[in-house]
Amino acid sequence: MSKLVLKNIGKSYGSFDAVKDFSLELASGEFVSLLGPSGCGKTTTLRMIAGFMPPTSGTIEVDGKVISSPAGVVPPEKRGMSMIFQSYAIWPNMTVGQNVGFGLEVRKLPRAEIERRVDRILEVVQMAPLKGRYPAELSGGQQQRVALARAIVVEPEVLLLDEPLSNLDANLREEMRFEIRRLHDEFKITTVYVTHDQSEAMVTSDRIVVMNKGRIEQIDPPHILYGRPKSRFVAGFIGRTNFVDRDGATYSIRPQSIGLSPARPLANAVEADIVGRSYLGEYWDYLAKPLGDTKPLRVSTGPNVLFDVGQRVWLEIDPTAMVRVE
Amino acid sequence: MAVAQPALDLPMRRTRIGGWDPTWLLWIAIIAVLLFLVVSPFVYLVLTSFQAERTGAFTLQNYATAYGRARYIDALFNSLQLGAGAALLAGVLAVPLAWGCSRTNMPGRGFVRMLVLATFITPPYTGAVAWILLAGPNAGWLNRIYVMLTGAEAGPFNIYSFPGLVVVIALYSFPYIFIFTSAALELVSSEMEDAANILGAGTWRTMRKVTLPLAIPAILGGLIICFLEAIALFASPAMIAIPARFNVVTTQLFQFFGNPVRVEVAAAYAMPLLGVTVLLALVQRLMTHRKSFATLTGKGGERRPIDLGSGRWLMFAYAMFVASLSVFLPYIFLVQAAFAKAWGRGFAWDNLSFRNFHFVLFEHATAAQSVWNAFLYAGVAATAGVILTLGVAYIVARKLVPFGGLLAFLCVAPFVIPGVVLAIGFYAAYAPPPLALYGTAMILILAFTTRFLPIGYVNASAAIRSINPEMEEAVRVLGGSRLTALRRVVAPLLKRNLLGAWLLIFIPATRELSSAIFLYGPNTKVVSVMIFDMSEEGNFEYLAALALILQILTLPLLYIGQRALGRDFMLRRTTT
Ligand SMILES: Nc1ncnc2c1ncn2[C@@H]1O[C@H](COP(=O)(O)OP(=O)(O)OP(=O)(O)O)[C@@H](O)[C@H]1O
Ligand SMILES: [Mg+2]
Repeated sequence: MSKLVLKNIGKSYGSFDAVKDFSLELASGEFVSLLGPSGCGKTTTLRMIAGFMPPTSGTIEVDGKVISSPAGVVPPEKRGMSMIFQSYAIWPNMTVGQNVGFGLEVRKLPRAEIERRVDRILEVVQMAPLKGRYPAELSGGQQQRVALARAIVVEPEVLLLDEPLSNLDANLREEMRFEIRRLHDEFKITTVYVTHDQSEAMVTSDRIVVMNKGRIEQIDPPHILYGRPKSRFVAGFIGRTNFVDRDGATYSIRPQSIGLSPARPLANAVEADIVGRSYLGEYWDYLAKPLGDTKPLRVSTGPNVLFDVGQRVWLEIDPTAMVRVE
Repeated sequence: MAVAQPALDLPMRRTRIGGWDPTWLLWIAIIAVLLFLVVSPFVYLVLTSFQAERTGAFTLQNYATAYGRARYIDALFNSLQLGAGAALLAGVLAVPLAWGCSRTNMPGRGFVRMLVLATFITPPYTGAVAWILLAGPNAGWLNRIYVMLTGAEAGPFNIYSFPGLVVVIALYSFPYIFIFTSAALELVSSEMEDAANILGAGTWRTMRKVTLPLAIPAILGGLIICFLEAIALFASPAMIAIPARFNVVTTQLFQFFGNPVRVEVAAAYAMPLLGVTVLLALVQRLMTHRKSFATLTGKGGERRPIDLGSGRWLMFAYAMFVASLSVFLPYIFLVQAAFAKAWGRGFAWDNLSFRNFHFVLFEHATAAQSVWNAFLYAGVAATAGVILTLGVAYIVARKLVPFGGLLAFLCVAPFVIPGVVLAIGFYAAYAPPPLALYGTAMILILAFTTRFLPIGYVNASAAIRSINPEMEEAVRVLGGSRLTALRRVVAPLLKRNLLGAWLLIFIPATRELSSAIFLYGPNTKVVSVMIFDMSEEGNFEYLAALALILQILTLPLLYIGQRALGRDFMLRRTTT
């Protein structure tokens, strides 16, 4: 049975629909990301799941029980979920240990049991030596670990994360992505993860929900989203791509699916001029304009494939790599 | 497919818009309290001004009486002149001090700020009494020193005059302008001044063209506040203007309120004062909240003090001159009077005595009681005020109810009601049956609560806004209720701020006179009223002792407030 089911959830402010007709089912232990540009309704959706915001339409079920419908909502404190906030929301008046133990305390566990569980989870997130510290004495990354420990230690029905890494610097952000996935694999908690960073979503998630203007564009595992985007929006939002119009339809083709050679290849080739290039270390990014066309295509090649701007080349397009998008 | 039935084992909460919600109960309770504290006295004030005495029938007679005599009209104009004079003089005192303290390398800046604070916490009536000792005709110390030095017949100073009153009021209201101006100057970054310097402007030109214009709205705002203080003040005019045989609005109101009480006429006569205050308070808001001013609140950047060269000592001398007038001289002679058998006999060993303190503390029938009353009422009012404003600030910030803005408005509205006017409103609303609160502790507590509601609200809402709502959401999502969140997270985080807000209400409430003088009864005299009575009786030695006791009792409170909120908490937080 599905752990968390959202059926046709909607939220409107007056005549503006922040989220519309949102349906999603999460299997137990699944990790799903909500991905989309700023303002597309990710936070709104997450807060409706948490119970901080009553949806204007639709129902939410956990383990088959309705916790939210237009008839009424279960308040957040009765939903048995956990949430990690963008600001971490670590309570500055409590030590690390008190922060992490709070949820267990509310659940009225015996003192000794609380201590045992807090110690164990702090061990897992590598924060055990800092148990007695106050949040003001922690770095951003350490605060993040406390927030994770605090959310996981209560073994929630569902774990919700709202852009938890956006306040960290680039290196730490990358490290924490793997950390979050590692914790998920260890505790198998059903997770909804909100982000606008596609690589974050791809590294962590089993499935990704791509949202645009309050609606779902596509729900699929990362490799399918990338390889088989259904819409122009998804193709453009996940990774870099080219759109080509052919026979009245639009197709997406990834820059690395286009071959670049000085001599004419066997088939499916068009002649083009290199009009721009940039070097990104791991690859070259070329702009090649097919003869008679106005729009250049992006083509990426290995770091050792060299062409000059102005050079005449051949583009080789693999028809199986072309994905029709609407 | 049918929508699944809600499972019954989880408590659901209905959330239909427009439907019944328990938070409405809270909203109704708070609005009821605010109606009682703020709206009803105001409504009664206006109604009463149109009602005939006893019968309560509609009449315009009160207005005819209130404005029927030339001297009543004169009092109105006297107030305007007094306000303008006091505000301008206060500006002259305050602006250079504020600039010196916040932008230059004047020596002793911390010391000067401390003296401004000392001025600020001196009640106007204490200052007025001190200046009667200093500049009373003949016996005043300044006159006696003048005579001694020059051998003249009589000294030139006479506090019992219009200029005398202007000086005394300006001396004890200039801290308002100081507060506003230094707050604005502290937002002008050195980079802005450097930008002007690089373009070839010298120090003075930069100050005139850049720094000063940026501070002008704040200075004008401070002047308006001073003006409003001056026209609303009761104590100093009563002590100085009445002997000098002229009236201002507040003293005239007091006379309408004397035997027999003509509250209807007083209400009618209070209208211009109320109107001017509302109008100017709005102007002040607009001015200090203008966009050009708001843009300054960005990153202030680094601020280097301007090097005044040897001029810094001149600046310091000016600051000491101002402080002599507001702090040094007044307190020297207050202390002398408090420890003297007779203040006129001067500084002699055989004139030294502790009798005055002993008398007011242990022998006087009601003096010690009045101190206790003031602290008790102020304490209850501050507690009620903090709880109420905190509640309102919380539900407004968290949008728990619709129309939260209305609640916020009611909390800050008393800012535009002068103390004497507020007291007349309270009298009109709650002195008659069924409540018949006149002369009770309750009416004083209610009036104090209302009077200081704006200070409480401004602080409470700043405090609440400093807490990220996610802090509370984190509690709730982990299974804690809203109350748990308030108890375990919000309250601990706000402790200091709440203590500060409490003190900012409590300290001025202990010395509040202008509303108390209209509402106290034989058993509910507060220390400010006691001091006022003693001044009328001419008991300056007892009075000085009592006034010093009040000041000394304030010191530990100040210390606590500074520990909790920083050195400048009194100067920073009292005004918005
Ligand atoms: N109280 C409100 N009143 C009106 N519109 C709102 C309100 N709250 C949010 N919105 C709108 O709803 C939309 C969705 O907001 P939401 O916060 O869910 O976006 P998001 O996807 O989380 O964006 P971001 O990545 O910037 O956090 C936005 O267009 C926002 O302007
Ligand atoms: Mg968001």
